[in-house]
Amino acid sequence: MGCLLAVCLIFSCGKKEEAEQTIKLGVAGAHSGDLASYGLPSVNAAKLVVEKINANGGVLGQQVELLIEDDVCKPEVAGNTATKLISDGVDIVMGHICSGATKAALGIYKEANVVAMSPSATNPDLTLSGDYPNFFRTIPHDAKQAELQVKFATQTLKVKNVVILHDKGDYGKSQAELAKKYFEEAGVNVLLFEGVTPGAVDYSAIVTKLERQQPDLVVWGGYHPEASKIVTLMRKQRMDTLFIGADGVKDETFIKVAGEYAEGVYATGPKDISDNPMAKMAKEEHQNEFGSDPGAFFDAAYAATQALLNAIEKAGSTDYDKVINALRTEYVETPLGKIRFDENGDATGIGFSVYKVTNGQFIEEK
Amino acid sequence: MDFEFFFKLFLGGLTRGSIYALIALGYTMVYGIIELINFAHGEIYMIGAFTALIISTVLTMLGFPALAVTLIAVAAAVFYACCYGYTIEKIAYKPLRTAPRLSALISAIGMSLFLQNYVLLAQTSDFLPFPSLIPDFEFWEPYAHIMSAAEFTIIITTVLVMVGLTFLIKFTQIGKAMRATSQDKTMAMLLGINVNRVISFTFIIGSGTAAIGGMLIASHIGQINFYMGFIAGIKAFVAAVLGGIGNIPGAVLGSLVLGWTESFFTGYISSDYEDVFAFLFLVLILIFRPSGILGRAETKKV
Repeated sequence: MGCLLAVCLIFSCGKKEEAEQTIKLGVAGAHSGDLASYGLPSVNAAKLVVEKINANGGVLGQQVELLIEDDVCKPEVAGNTATKLISDGVDIVMGHICSGATKAALGIYKEANVVAMSPSATNPDLTLSGDYPNFFRTIPHDAKQAELQVKFATQTLKVKNVVILHDKGDYGKSQAELAKKYFEEAGVNVLLFEGVTPGAVDYSAIVTKLERQQPDLVVWGGYHPEASKIVTLMRKQRMDTLFIGADGVKDETFIKVAGEYAEGVYATGPKDISDNPMAKMAKEEHQNEFGSDPGAFFDAAYAATQALLNAIEKAGSTDYDKVINALRTEYVETPLGKIRFDENGDATGIGFSVYKVTNGQFIEEK
Repeated sequence: MDFEFFFKLFLGGLTRGSIYALIALGYTMVYGIIELINFAHGEIYMIGAFTALIISTVLTMLGFPALAVTLIAVAAAVFYACCYGYTIEKIAYKPLRTAPRLSALISAIGMSLFLQNYVLLAQTSDFLPFPSLIPDFEFWEPYAHIMSAAEFTIIITTVLVMVGLTFLIKFTQIGKAMRATSQDKTMAMLLGINVNRVISFTFIIGSGTAAIGGMLIASHIGQINFYMGFIAGIKAFVAAVLGGIGNIPGAVLGSLVLGWTESFFTGYISSDYEDVFAFLFLVLILIFRPSGILGRAETKKV
């Protein structure tokens, strides 16, 4: 018995020493709950990149260790997630996924001098406000999506009257407010601007209300579960009004759930990068490793992981200022193309496209 | 145009109210008999929907005709939910029947979380598409722009369930036993009523109606996930309290009032504050009628 104990002690000590020499990369985001389909692809991306880098000798001669934490996309949980990562000695964080959760976690990382990079949090204020110099992202912020939505709606669809709905959340509402601002600047009438309650049993009242306004286009700011309910109800009430959402809607689950009613729905999302050789390679790696196609934000998460580890390598340490400097100055080759980060923390050289659901798939509108 | 708008909101509120009512009936029946708020009731509704989804998917793959799929799925969902309701009562509530009411309440909340997480782990955390088990009837097409066939079915089903329950409670032997148990459990026992059986029966009936509700609503909105029972359950509970908890017509009336409040408020003012207004209304009603719209004020002898 004593012998066994001694062995255990030696073993755990040995393990501890080894653990001290690793670079700890935190991966935080929604890994369960309603929005797990946004978060889980980022975990896969991080695993793939880290596996490859570790096989090639790691970063600065050290192996990279992943610390994966779930924040279920809730701001009130994200604070705990961040604290947990910091107490586990995290060096750098890839995450979080949802804007609200990211915002809640960033202050905690800032206090602890930890750099965080999100593949998906698109709330403009996160970078533009200047409050979080430790924050970077590999996805363009919402203001760019709203600009594109309005440009597409006015120039291609030539709409005159729109109704804007949102889910009252951080991501959805800011998306909707930006769209409203740009639509009004473009001289389009915004007939209705309203929030709906996520998770409600039925949206027929709001659908009836927007039907009465007879808009040319319904703009949705929010995620896919409510979008699919609203679109389904609209189509069931025989309304064929156009519908456009942002990257919260551009998710395979939206098509799967809304089925035939998803046809013809527009959504903006990150540019199609399937021609990029690195993106092809990342997709192949994912298929080999997990036996399925990668999900939402996978490429952005892949790029974020690469950019973070590259910055540590170039900075020569995990020192906060040096890493930030490296992120801003050193270009890195990623599935999104060759990127670096501007002084706000937004990646340069990436963008959005408009997609339309055609025969059960999101097809890029050229 | 304006009348049509009003009418549509009215119908939308009616549908929403009927949805709440199918769930609220279970809350109110259980409360009427053993004065327990069965927080796991919303989860029974969710489990009913999941069962219907699984069964209908399997049957559709096997090539059954649509009508058979719907009927078998409903029957299976009701049966499955009834089994859950029965078991929950035996495991989580019966041992606590003589314990303080707060203990049973905690047990109920625990059961609710347990079932949610059980479905999350055993099934999935994703949203799943739910087939429209209620087809777009051809004869309904002229009215489809006003109200979908699914909404129509929901309202009709609620009316049928309510009439059936009223009949059951007023005119059958088990109904008489239920009323006796609800008035005075000890006395009922002395008179030879098997109280345990009556309570089990109440849970079974409540779970069955919740399962029908779950299936209809899932088929109406076209998607389900493990969390769907929570919000629907809370709203239905509010509706039951609004109508006077323990009172069956009260539960339906409370549900309709809540459904219409939400629908008209969204339609004429703003959906931003839909919940705020709905609950404000609840508070106002409870200030003036503390035991609900149809509830009787009970004077307890000390």
